[in-house]
Amino acid sequence: MIAQILFILLCLGSIALFAFNFKKVVRNIKIGKPGFPTDRSPERWMTMLKVAFGQSKMAARPIPFLLHLAVYLGFVIINIEVLEIMIDGIFGTHRVFSSIGPLYNFLIGSFEILAFLVFVSCLIFFIRRNVLNIKRFNGIEMKAWPKSDANYILITEMLLMSAFLIMNAADAKLQALGANHYISAGSFPISQYIQNLLPANESTLIMIERFCWWFHIIGIFAFLNYLPYSKHFHILFAFPNTYFSKLYPKGKFNNMTAVTNEVKAMLDPSYIPLDLAPSKFGAKDVQDLTQLQLLNAYTCTECGRCTSVCPANITGKLLSPRKIMMDTRDRMEEVGKNIDKHGIDYQDGKALLDDYITREEIWACTTCNACTQACPVNIDPLGIIMDLRRYAVMEESVAPASLNAMQGNIENNGAPWKYSPSDRFNWVQD
Amino acid sequence: MEFKVPTMAELVAAGETPEILFWVGCAGSYDDRAKRITRDICKILQHVGMKYAVLGTEESCTGDPAKRAGNEFLFQMQAMTNIELLNAYEVKKIVTACPHCFNTIKNEYPGLGGTYEVIHHTQLIQSLIDEGKLRTEGGESFKGKKITFHDPCYLGRANDVYEAPRKALEVLDAQLVEMKRCKSNGLCCGAGGAQMFKEPEKGFKDINIERIEEAIATEPQIIAAGCPFCMTMLSDGVKMKEQEQNIQVLDIAEITAKANGL
Repeated sequence: MIAQILFILLCLGSIALFAFNFKKVVRNIKIGKPGFPTDRSPERWMTMLKVAFGQSKMAARPIPFLLHLAVYLGFVIINIEVLEIMIDGIFGTHRVFSSIGPLYNFLIGSFEILAFLVFVSCLIFFIRRNVLNIKRFNGIEMKAWPKSDANYILITEMLLMSAFLIMNAADAKLQALGANHYISAGSFPISQYIQNLLPANESTLIMIERFCWWFHIIGIFAFLNYLPYSKHFHILFAFPNTYFSKLYPKGKFNNMTAVTNEVKAMLDPSYIPLDLAPSKFGAKDVQDLTQLQLLNAYTCTECGRCTSVCPANITGKLLSPRKIMMDTRDRMEEVGKNIDKHGIDYQDGKALLDDYITREEIWACTTCNACTQACPVNIDPLGIIMDLRRYAVMEESVAPASLNAMQGNIENNGAPWKYSPSDRFNWVQD
Repeated sequence: MEFKVPTMAELVAAGETPEILFWVGCAGSYDDRAKRITRDICKILQHVGMKYAVLGTEESCTGDPAKRAGNEFLFQMQAMTNIELLNAYEVKKIVTACPHCFNTIKNEYPGLGGTYEVIHHTQLIQSLIDEGKLRTEGGESFKGKKITFHDPCYLGRANDVYEAPRKALEVLDAQLVEMKRCKSNGLCCGAGGAQMFKEPEKGFKDINIERIEEAIATEPQIIAAGCPFCMTMLSDGVKMKEQEQNIQVLDIAEITAKANGL
């Protein structure tokens, strides 16, 4: 009975804590400008099904794809088992779903195989990150916290799966001993091999079984509450993020309506603008980005596929699309904390541009869209880079000198080079 | 056949309407290397007897480099002025020599009042081949030659055009070899996003060198391009690697024109 009360309290406590932190995440996203695309709904659902559920873009790299698939399927399917654990925990039952008969054996057997695959995949992931020198995991932005974060997640998952398998092994052994409460249920294709490693003593076995049971469920609650602090939000946000994917050609950059109004007014004095110009063109800080761009930042799991294909990064420039997303998230969280501490109007004198992302980074981009193509969850670092450039150019008139010259040429001669418009058709005579 | 390029103004004055407008672009108008590509596209159009026109001195920058550099004002000024001109001429269909012009007019002009059917010149060449109007005969033979195609970002990834340029090469009976990073994984030449007009940021290598090394690794006789900026970057790369004697960088239009003896 005490165990049940404890369990219920633990449940409620961790769900409440998660809800509290999740609300802050939503609040942080709302720092951005509204404007989630809502058009072409069927196409959006299809994109989400394909890219998030179907993981279609992961397939570009077969080995990580298979490993990740195992972890993904394990995560989704083993959660059925978590449901049983919850019911058992609340009502003090044991293996409550076993009444469904042979299907239960099949399910437990499948969970075991999946748990094993998850364990092995996480182990390989861990080795890839820490032993094999894979460039993708070693950018300048992957030092300190981001590196530990990834390892904490992998270690936790390995521990959770181990606890699950040891729990089953102890349970099966107790079933064989005919221990009270341990009804004969389940099949144990994996944990049968660790049964022999466990002691034969019934009370020790019960202790092991109970310990693993509690460890597993507490671990899951802890993991849930770790999400808001980690890079691991993609397990939730991949779905809305892919739903809101850019559906038009990658080369199409948005036309700024505020600019259209001003340009129309310039070209035609009788034109009356539809709405007022915004306070700022482009983005200097996270408040100037859209909520979708901020959702993008929370969705990023720092896999680095974007950075590994970025021509600027490959050739040693400072730009890393992954860092653009990580900086955006870090700054958004900083602004969020400022709001918590000092209220909504507090200015800390810092901004995303310059304090997080440098000019050198944004000007190194070739807008080639390799990053957006590579992202398995359709994040758009290029959009943020463009908005920062727009701020630098339109609000501050600060750009590399040669780009200012190029713009001057377009303005004066209708070409990016210093040639006379009257010479434009000379090619016909050469 | 005499080489003659009709302008829109001439055609309209004569009460005629062209089937297609050829948008030359700034590089195609002013850059010496790109001008040769421009003339070859005109020769192809003339060869197949397609009624076309250019804007001549009335053409102006699409605004692409301004937009990618962050100057939305300048972009929209250019765009609206161009759209006004194109709409005044009642232009329906446009072929461009440059993937940047192609992308901008196709994707970014409609929102500002300029909606046209826009194709890149490699798509035009492909459709002419499909229709049997271009037969790749009577000119230089590319049979068995090793050719690798460099995907321009603004044609490939930006607009999913991967097959048209390859189809134009397939009819040559040449040996097509792909670079390791091709099609949707293609590596940028380094000129996009207004980089063409500035020095690169500090790094350990220039992007075009990274790309040319990959191209050279396929041991090609010809590197095929479809963009005047890629052309500059790739040609520079070949020069830097001192491979001008062994490797030619040619636009798909040039290859097509050569194969047809134009």
